[in-house]
Amino acid sequence: MSDIILTVTDLNITFHDHNAPEVAVEDFDLTLEQGEIVGIVGESGSGKSLSALAIAGLLNRHTLTKTGRIIFDGQDLLTCNRNVLRGYQGDEISMIFQEPMTSLNPVKRIGWQVEESLRIHQPEVTKEERKARCLHMLEAVGLHETEKVYRMFPHELSGGMRQRVMIAAAMIGEPKILIADEPTTALDVTVQKQIVDLLIEINEQKHTSIIFISHDLSLVKQLCHRVLVMRKGEVVESGDVDSVFYHPQHTYTRKLISAIPQISLED
Amino acid sequence: MRYIGKKIGMMLFTLLVVSLCVFLAFHLIPGDPALRQLGTNGTPEQLAALRHEMGLDRPVMVQYCSWLLGIFHGDLGSSYVYKIPVTGMLGEKIPITITLALMSFVIMILISLPLGIYTAKHKDGKIDHLIMVLNQVVMAVPPFFAGILLTLVFGMILKLFTPGGFVSYHTSIPGFLGYLFFPAIAIALPKSAMAVKLLRSSVIEEAGKDYTRTAYSRGNTTNAVLYRHVLQNAMIPVVTFMGMTLADMVAGSIVIEQVFGIPGISRILLTSINNRDYPVVEAIILGIATLVIVINLFVDVLYRILDPRIAKEDEA
Repeated sequence: MSDIILTVTDLNITFHDHNAPEVAVEDFDLTLEQGEIVGIVGESGSGKSLSALAIAGLLNRHTLTKTGRIIFDGQDLLTCNRNVLRGYQGDEISMIFQEPMTSLNPVKRIGWQVEESLRIHQPEVTKEERKARCLHMLEAVGLHETEKVYRMFPHELSGGMRQRVMIAAAMIGEPKILIADEPTTALDVTVQKQIVDLLIEINEQKHTSIIFISHDLSLVKQLCHRVLVMRKGEVVESGDVDSVFYHPQHTYTRKLISAIPQISLED
Repeated sequence: MRYIGKKIGMMLFTLLVVSLCVFLAFHLIPGDPALRQLGTNGTPEQLAALRHEMGLDRPVMVQYCSWLLGIFHGDLGSSYVYKIPVTGMLGEKIPITITLALMSFVIMILISLPLGIYTAKHKDGKIDHLIMVLNQVVMAVPPFFAGILLTLVFGMILKLFTPGGFVSYHTSIPGFLGYLFFPAIAIALPKSAMAVKLLRSSVIEEAGKDYTRTAYSRGNTTNAVLYRHVLQNAMIPVVTFMGMTLADMVAGSIVIEQVFGIPGISRILLTSINNRDYPVVEAIILGIATLVIVINLFVDVLYRILDPRIAKEDEA
């Protein structure tokens, strides 16, 4: 582990939907090294997804303010030009989401959607090469009969296959950072394991840094090198997976760990 | 392809049912075309003779079958009143009504697509609010009243066209289309307002869906997300609406032809109903039914192109 590629400092996210402002994320700090997998855990509403969306540049509502710094490639993603941000999105920073069933456009073919980042960020790539890279990517995420899948529509695939398609689409531009926002929550347990294995494989082969958001601690333990525990918008504990899991300092972390079903701790 | 074959089969069956309903309806309602022609001075013998001559003394089903057979030979029968073939009578008029309806349809698309997209994109902006208020007003104005207003403002005051000065398409195609422009606007306006509202809410709804966020995460600009992702999804309900509207517009044309003095099929339809001139009325209604059914077929096909999930369901 060496190069730091992303630094988030003092990230605050505040909603102004109601009379009094509501702080959703407070003083969130994160450093991400090249090839590192960092987990963010916490219950629903703890601000973990919001932080991830902010890093991905996808929080743009008028009723919300973001302060702090998100430094990537020498640029502050919170204040840089929209075009600079777009240049990173899908190219250097990719994201996959919780709901593979609805995260793909229902009326567009799989191939078209997987190739989209390439079309946007590498317009010089020919149509034939784009397709070749897309087929290769579909195969790399463990899909079979890729020629057929290429021409299919999302509704013709199962949830696990769609999440693989989402990963293929996120990875086709070989991003430096992959943000996975609860990518396994909507999937069967056996499929969850396959997706986690796939993320580990991507991390090992491409040295892609991954921010993995989950409320499932056993998955975080399998996958991540480092972990941040969030509660009510604040990071209450952070550190190596082993130290956080075996020597939790904060009572909330202890509670979370004791809530893991025993059977998954044994493996 | 098999789907279209099946649809065309269904279409022919529907038309057969429609033809039967139309025929029976006009033969079962009170009013005797022979009596109507003869007036009150005819003797019962004259009436019987005329009924025999017109074929009205045959059983209803026999009359229906001979009428139906005629249609297959392109013979829609002869007008009871004018004693000339119906095809000849309507042949001149149908292009006028169809052109008027199609023009209204095109105008509706030209108005509603840009405005619907614009208002959705600038939701809650000043112009959006203004358009939505105008929309509400326009939606409530029936075409005949819009027609009267347009005639008054653009015809009588601004003199952009001569009210009642219809130009035949034989004389001048641009003149013909020019005269139909304002009537077409009158028909199109309320429908456009509805389409704007529908498209706006449909785009806003689709823009809130998860796949839109995915599209942004790949570095798409707002316009790219709108035109490459959202619009195709948002158009699905709008296409259904527009399909239904085209049928409505044919009916709307009949009213508006009266307001603007356009010699389309409306005058013939109204006088023929009054005169119990069944062959003419039946031909017009069958024609409108055919048009509606063909448009529906077209909408169904378009629908399957827009939404691949529907094709999947049909195969299952």
